Amino acid sequence: MKIENPPAADALPGNRLRAHNLSLRYGERVVAENLSIDIPDGSLTMIVGPNACGKSTLLRALARLLPPERGSVVLDGEDIAKYPSKEVARRLGLLPQTSIAPDGITVADLVARGRFPHQKFLRQWSADDDVAVTNALERTNTGDLATRYVDELSGGQRQRVWLAMALAQETPLLLLDEPTTYLDITHQVEVLDLCAELQESGERTIVVVLHELNLAARYATHLIAMRDGSVVAGGSPKEIVTPELIEKVYQLPCSIIDDPETGTPLVIPAARNRTGARCT
Amino acid sequence: MSAVKTARRAQAAPHTAARLAWRGWSVLWSPRAVLASAAVVLVALGFALVQLGVGDYPMSPGEVLATLTGNRGEAQEFVIFDLRLPRLLTAGLVGLALGASGAIFQSVTRNPLGSPEIMGFTMGASAGAVAMVLVFGGQEGSGMAGALIGGFATAATVYGLANRRGIQGFRLILVGVAATALLDSLISYLLLRARLQDAESAYTWLVGSLNGADWQQVQIIGLTVIVMIVPVLAIGNQMRLLEMGDDLAQGLGVRVKPTRLRLLLIGTVLCAGAVATAGPIAFVALAAPQIMRRLTGGSVSIVPAALMGALILIVSDLAAQRVWPDSQMPVGIPTLCIGGTYLAWLLYQQSRASRL
Repeated sequence: MKIENPPAADALPGNRLRAHNLSLRYGERVVAENLSIDIPDGSLTMIVGPNACGKSTLLRALARLLPPERGSVVLDGEDIAKYPSKEVARRLGLLPQTSIAPDGITVADLVARGRFPHQKFLRQWSADDDVAVTNALERTNTGDLATRYVDELSGGQRQRVWLAMALAQETPLLLLDEPTTYLDITHQVEVLDLCAELQESGERTIVVVLHELNLAARYATHLIAMRDGSVVAGGSPKEIVTPELIEKVYQLPCSIIDDPETGTPLVIPAARNRTGARCT
Repeated sequence: MSAVKTARRAQAAPHTAARLAWRGWSVLWSPRAVLASAAVVLVALGFALVQLGVGDYPMSPGEVLATLTGNRGEAQEFVIFDLRLPRLLTAGLVGLALGASGAIFQSVTRNPLGSPEIMGFTMGASAGAVAMVLVFGGQEGSGMAGALIGGFATAATVYGLANRRGIQGFRLILVGVAATALLDSLISYLLLRARLQDAESAYTWLVGSLNGADWQQVQIIGLTVIVMIVPVLAIGNQMRLLEMGDDLAQGLGVRVKPTRLRLLLIGTVLCAGAVATAGPIAFVALAAPQIMRRLTGGSVSIVPAALMGALILIVSDLAAQRVWPDSQMPVGIPTLCIGGTYLAWLLYQQSRASRL
């Protein structure tokens, strides 16, 4: 178990995406101080933590949406702030929590917009773009939706289409901010299965901010637990998920059992007794 | 990435956009938008031919064409080239500028109400023009200069007030509505204090008019439109991505803040140029992008909206001249009728779809 100062413990030199001593704030509100993180190459990294612990903010900083007040995000050995915008977008894709599908756009056209960083003013489409879009539609099982309008789709289908757009961007690094919000359990599993497939095929390093602790523990190859703007633990779910960690991060007494399907840790919150206190 | 490389010969992705490719170059375009735009251009040219022919000296379309190609006498040439053509060109060019600026503002604010008149720029230009006319007593060009100064000053103020960690669309509209109300009362105050004669000449700056448009006006608005063509075409794709949200656009490599500022600048220049030329012509910027959006499907786009703006203004000017002849009806009044009706319909539609 690595609770104290874990990022240093598993910081491998040369990982493509790292952050050093980040201080992040929105206006006056400080979200994180001295936050360091290292995303193992080829991993499916999931970031968990209670509401307002700064996990989405961290993801925004990693994707250069939020410039850090101090510290730096390092992409391929270089400060991410030094890259041209399109170059970042060719290496690192981001699917934000809320995006607006334009009125009356078809699935294929929306997915094709993911090709923007590979295009130029007078070279707006190439054979590579066709291949990328077709592959993205196939990977996400949205090929038969291609000519439908995005407005007509169900929530689960729409989320797959957004994912397809992010895949069409063909970035080696892909950051997803709560991609399962508003989805029922079937669709949550579907989206996470897709993330696992993508990671297993070795094409991409994927970082996901996830609310569902148990699903994160099941799917993550690398789990990062955050609280109050700092990383409490990082490592494989089996190593780090303990009742002590969950108590520390979520202040929730619990017991941990093995997931009967996968053997990964499953967090069972302690039952509430009649007086309202929790049995521990 | 290797799996992607091996599948390089996959079939073309299904698309509603068509491509135009030549050597290494390619351009994406939507067949429906191009068809609709072509139809709008044809209809506008038809109305243009009618408008050149009608008046106190009626001419047949054949005669108009012959005169345009230089095969008629001096009288015809005078009527066409000195009287009617400048007015027609002014109408078309002002319409182009208003339609394009409307599309830009609606896209930036992600709101169909986000047009320059709602955001206060048109009223600012009017206030500037009225102030200058009253101070300089209608000296040549004073109204025009006032419109430019007033338009830009209002735009800068509204952007400044709406800017809090980046300019947000809805705040732009709210600040703009407040600015419009303030400027409206300022104009009323100025007119009350003015001599009747001055107030009369300032009045043209309160309702847009093409009466007496000559080649000087064509030059001003023509130059504005020509200078803006390349920036407008170059920024279209980024504008489309911005509509999907700042984070997503930036994730795709759009530099959000500079792009939005550039869009606002282009929109403001086009709008100010139009107001300086013909006064505050109402509702063209509001209605043109929305009408075109319904014809082309998809979201607002600049070029089709500009063409629709030109068509609306040419038709409105023809109506202003012919439906009420001898009245010197300012073109702003028919556009108000058309635009107001349209706005009411739009609000009704949207409240039914419970989007507003």
